Amino acid sequence: MLSYALRRIAGFLPTLLVIITASFCVMRLAPGGPFDQEQALPPAVRANLERLYGLDEPLTVQYAHYLQALLRGDFGPSLRQRDFTVGELIAQGLPVSATLGVAAMLLALLAGIPAGIVAALRRNEAADFWLSALAALALALPSFVTGPLLALVFGLYLHWLPVAGWQAGAPRYLVLPALTLALPVAAHVARLTRAGLLEVLGTPYVRSARARGLGAARVLWRHALRPALTPVVSYLGPAVAFVVTGSLVIETVFGLPGSGRYLVQGAIDRDYPLVMGMIVVYGALTLALNLVADLLHGWLDPGVRHE
Amino acid sequence: MSDAAAAGGRGLWGDARRRLTANGAASGALVLVFLIALLAALGPLVSPWGYDSLDWQHLAQPPGRTAAHWFGTDRLGRDLFVRTLAGVRLSLLISVLASLVSLAIGIAWGAVAGLAGGRTDAWMMRLVDVLYSLPYLFIVIILTTLFERGSLGVLLLSLGAIGWLTTARIVRGETRALKRREFIQAARSLGVPTPAILLRHIMPNLLGPVLVYATLTVPQMIVFESFLSFLGLGVQEPRASLGNLILVGAQEMESAPWMLLVPAAFLVALLSCLNFLGDGLRDALDPREY
Repeated sequence: MLSYALRRIAGFLPTLLVIITASFCVMRLAPGGPFDQEQALPPAVRANLERLYGLDEPLTVQYAHYLQALLRGDFGPSLRQRDFTVGELIAQGLPVSATLGVAAMLLALLAGIPAGIVAALRRNEAADFWLSALAALALALPSFVTGPLLALVFGLYLHWLPVAGWQAGAPRYLVLPALTLALPVAAHVARLTRAGLLEVLGTPYVRSARARGLGAARVLWRHALRPALTPVVSYLGPAVAFVVTGSLVIETVFGLPGSGRYLVQGAIDRDYPLVMGMIVVYGALTLALNLVADLLHGWLDPGVRHE
Repeated sequence: MSDAAAAGGRGLWGDARRRLTANGAASGALVLVFLIALLAALGPLVSPWGYDSLDWQHLAQPPGRTAAHWFGTDRLGRDLFVRTLAGVRLSLLISVLASLVSLAIGIAWGAVAGLAGGRTDAWMMRLVDVLYSLPYLFIVIILTTLFERGSLGVLLLSLGAIGWLTTARIVRGETRALKRREFIQAARSLGVPTPAILLRHIMPNLLGPVLVYATLTVPQMIVFESFLSFLGLGVQEPRASLGNLILVGAQEMESAPWMLLVPAAFLVALLSCLNFLGDGLRDALDPREY
């Protein structure tokens, strides 16, 4: 387990460095800059601005400076939102995005696993059929469709929940965004749980547990469920990546003040430090959560450690 | 595929076609996809309106209010029927082309890696693993913004660049399995050069799994294209794609819900049908799994 964990942890920093370097290169080599506006700036002003932000130096020097600043936790100033540093902008939005992400993950697991268990125990009955159909639908629909549709039905027609906004994280405002983000993940979790449980329920040791006279509930909880959930655990990594990137859309759809919008806005404005900061933070977050999921998987399923 | 082959005996493709037509959901989906594509190709030609022509007499009309606009109009008086169909056409075009790009790269990469084996294979697949672990969406978002926004070439490139990884993995696995089969060994012992083995003996046998995966790639590409357009990074106004129509529809849904519902319905129908079709094809071409 220890060598497995070390191997996984050792992969973390190089991957992050690859992400940083690749996005740094792509951003700087592409045409267009942050000071391109409809009205061209006088050359002297432009040169001064570029000197102020260090954009007149060679790329390698800029890259070295950027990495040094990163090590100090300094993401640099935002080129467009002049009164803020990138760190401040992201720090403002991140708690909102994190709340949304955690709520969606919890919702997905709490809805997906029971749904999968029910579908497996009632195999080929009506409940199984409807749950599978619902899961297929939830998987096929992208969240930028389900989000507005849910807002239309529950917000505008039924008036149960607010259509958009945040209001300092009042739970009412969290329901629809978290639900939208959780739906496809929950559907995937339900499918994996169903398939895993069906496989385990057919194994000899479960039959022998039944033969010893254990009740159905006890067989399920004590014997069948743990091994049946291994595929779900191995799906946690991709699920985390999905939730992190999915939150970008959800924040746009529901007008949440999260940090996701800075990635798109920064990219449109060519605000290099802002986009880079977002990529570093979100990239590191995705990698770290993936690492946790991998370690959890290795801990639960010893076979994984030796692959 | 051809009738002559089917008459000569029961081949893979004849069997597959029989199984596909026996599968009600899949053949229904196939017909519906065909109809939607036909509608998208011909509909805009039949209607008197263009995707960007304005009708000042009918601004923001719900469907059925005026005979001139079947699905209503948007705030600028543009016909929603034509815009939605033009959007379907563009989305289908982009996603099919992007799928082809990603399939071409994926097949070449996977087949070469699988056939070469050894260290070449290890390095090639290691690269795929590394690319897999990157949060790819970020790179795509940067790519699509930094080059000219809404340029279809960049959109195709970035969509194709995501899709090939999975294709490469599937193709490599199949190639490694095929490589050990007797007919490949026979070809080798007869002195057939490696490129010819790849093209004449490996590639045709990859067609089944690749076709299945391709049908499942197209809906993914549609989602991704719409996703980028929804974020304002893909297809730009006044051109219509399903993504930017849904974006505008979501903004206007309070006063004009049909602007959201019409393109969303088309997207949902298209995605569900393609997924059903892909599942049906998989069952038809690969009965071992079931």
